[in-house]
Amino acid sequence: MTTVTVDKAAPTRKVKYGSMSRDRAWALRWSYFFLVIFAIFSLTPPIYMLITSLKSSAEISAATNPWWVFHPTLENYVGLLTSNQFLRFFWNSAIVSIFVVTITMLISVPAAFALARMRFWGSATLATGVFLTYLIPETLLFIPLFKMFAVIGDWTGIQLINRWYVLLILYPTLTVPFCTWIMIGYFASIPKELDEAAVIDGASWLQTLTRIFIPVAFPGIIAATIFAFTVSWAQFLYPLVFTTSTDQLVMPVGIITSLIKGDVFNWGQIMTGALLGAAPPLIIYAFLMDYYIAGLTAGATKG
Amino acid sequence: MADVALQPNRGAAQAARKRSSLHKMLKRKSTVAFLMTLPLILLIATLVIYPAFYALHLATLNKSMQRFVGLSNFEFLFRRETFWLVVKQSCIFAITAVVFKALLGFIIAHFVHNIPAKGQRKWRGMLLVPWVIPPAMSTLAWLWLFDPSYSAFNYTLSFFGIGPIPWTGDAMWARFSVILVNIWVGAPFFMIMYLAALKSVPEQLYEAAAIDGANWWQRIWYVTLPMMRNIIAITTLFSLIVTFANFDIVRILTAGGPLDHTHIFATWAFRIGIEGSDIPLGASVSLFMVPILAIAAIFILRDINKRGNEA
Repeated sequence: MTTVTVDKAAPTRKVKYGSMSRDRAWALRWSYFFLVIFAIFSLTPPIYMLITSLKSSAEISAATNPWWVFHPTLENYVGLLTSNQFLRFFWNSAIVSIFVVTITMLISVPAAFALARMRFWGSATLATGVFLTYLIPETLLFIPLFKMFAVIGDWTGIQLINRWYVLLILYPTLTVPFCTWIMIGYFASIPKELDEAAVIDGASWLQTLTRIFIPVAFPGIIAATIFAFTVSWAQFLYPLVFTTSTDQLVMPVGIITSLIKGDVFNWGQIMTGALLGAAPPLIIYAFLMDYYIAGLTAGATKG
Repeated sequence: MADVALQPNRGAAQAARKRSSLHKMLKRKSTVAFLMTLPLILLIATLVIYPAFYALHLATLNKSMQRFVGLSNFEFLFRRETFWLVVKQSCIFAITAVVFKALLGFIIAHFVHNIPAKGQRKWRGMLLVPWVIPPAMSTLAWLWLFDPSYSAFNYTLSFFGIGPIPWTGDAMWARFSVILVNIWVGAPFFMIMYLAALKSVPEQLYEAAAIDGANWWQRIWYVTLPMMRNIIAITTLFSLIVTFANFDIVRILTAGGPLDHTHIFATWAFRIGIEGSDIPLGASVSLFMVPILAIAAIFILRDINKRGNEA
């Protein structure tokens, strides 16, 4: 009697195991199938940029198969990289981004240190305020800011509108709150014993920050730097509103306003410009993906 | 030994006492902290808080900004059909895009989580590319893919006998295209957040559920979703704010057209305030974003505080 039950039970259990692993295999196959579909969806626009950037305008207007390059040429790249105007956009973007990253880190690292470690009157409110500021979108502020800078120009004679350096004042409003917020998270995760030891050894607050906190939270600093760079490189609204002369434009606005002339779209050059404009963030992402993702997820996971 | 060590300290303290009180104040912890946060406070006060209130002031002026007109800018907006069109479109745009981004992100995160850990990095890397490219640049690629006469999508669809689709020419299709591009840009963000959250769900919970005989749907509903609730809430609310305030995609893809049928608050405010140089009216339009942003912000803050208390 007992043997019968065992005999009965054994095969069913075996079959069940077999079906489970078969289920797993199918689940895996389906996962890959859908991942391939999603990857195609994700990569179609950038790949299409690349395909079009390798075509001559004659080939584009001949309306051959858009997904294939029959006569690859680098003339779009040569054309853009030898154009002073385009190099000017690239240069402006680079200068603005580098300055903004520096300003952002100089403001947000000490502030985050003070907010994370040195409790003072109103520090908790200020930390919350920083986070709230991060939630205020630039689309809410561009009109009053535009008017503000116009008024400043009228009163003091300091012309800020239509100068690339106005962006150095504007971009930190987008980068500083978030960078401060994630640096508070990173600094708060450093064990208290570490800075207590530094204080006992007679370090000043500034020394504690530069000798202990910055080296220990270095991954966080890289993540914040990457964030500040990508935000200032990609920003579109502020330069569109505040700069108009071609020699003051940054990449995104420059490509759109100077390469699109009326109804004439030189798509080969536009796609080349877009690809070159997307290149710096993509290169940073390719090499520092883990930091990039850490910065991305830190906003919500730390706090 | 201890006395010897303390002696110089005491001397230093006495010397310090003799120094000016200003110097002492500068050494106090709260003063140092205040000085360290001062640039941040100044930045936020002058370039975020002040402009926000300045917008309120601007909204009560007439077009030449010389006369106080009270609420008549808002009255004017309420009487305009385009305004209600923009309200409707902003809501449709934000809600549809966020829902689909959240769903797609959730599904993709599951698929990435399903495959062996070795390959996950590669797939994650590929799937996050749309988020990394500056939206202004990638929208140009979409604009070219949607081109009325050279559309690569229409070229492909023509093989299936599907006629040329007016991607940006027809009101409904233009709305669809704008939302599609927004989903394309935003879904990877959800994917990466959900993937991080999925990894933090303890494996034992799934084992326990499997022993209790839960099927895959019950595992998601009773284990995954409750464990990810907080991340889902924060990510969705955050994305709602960003999507509602979106500018780049709509501006480049359709510039609000055809016939204002894709305008959302930000693009319409730009059209009126900067291009039409009616700054007060533009400011009034952009102020309409505040209520929904405030509601989302309150909920996010509540969640963040809750997490802070748990920790």
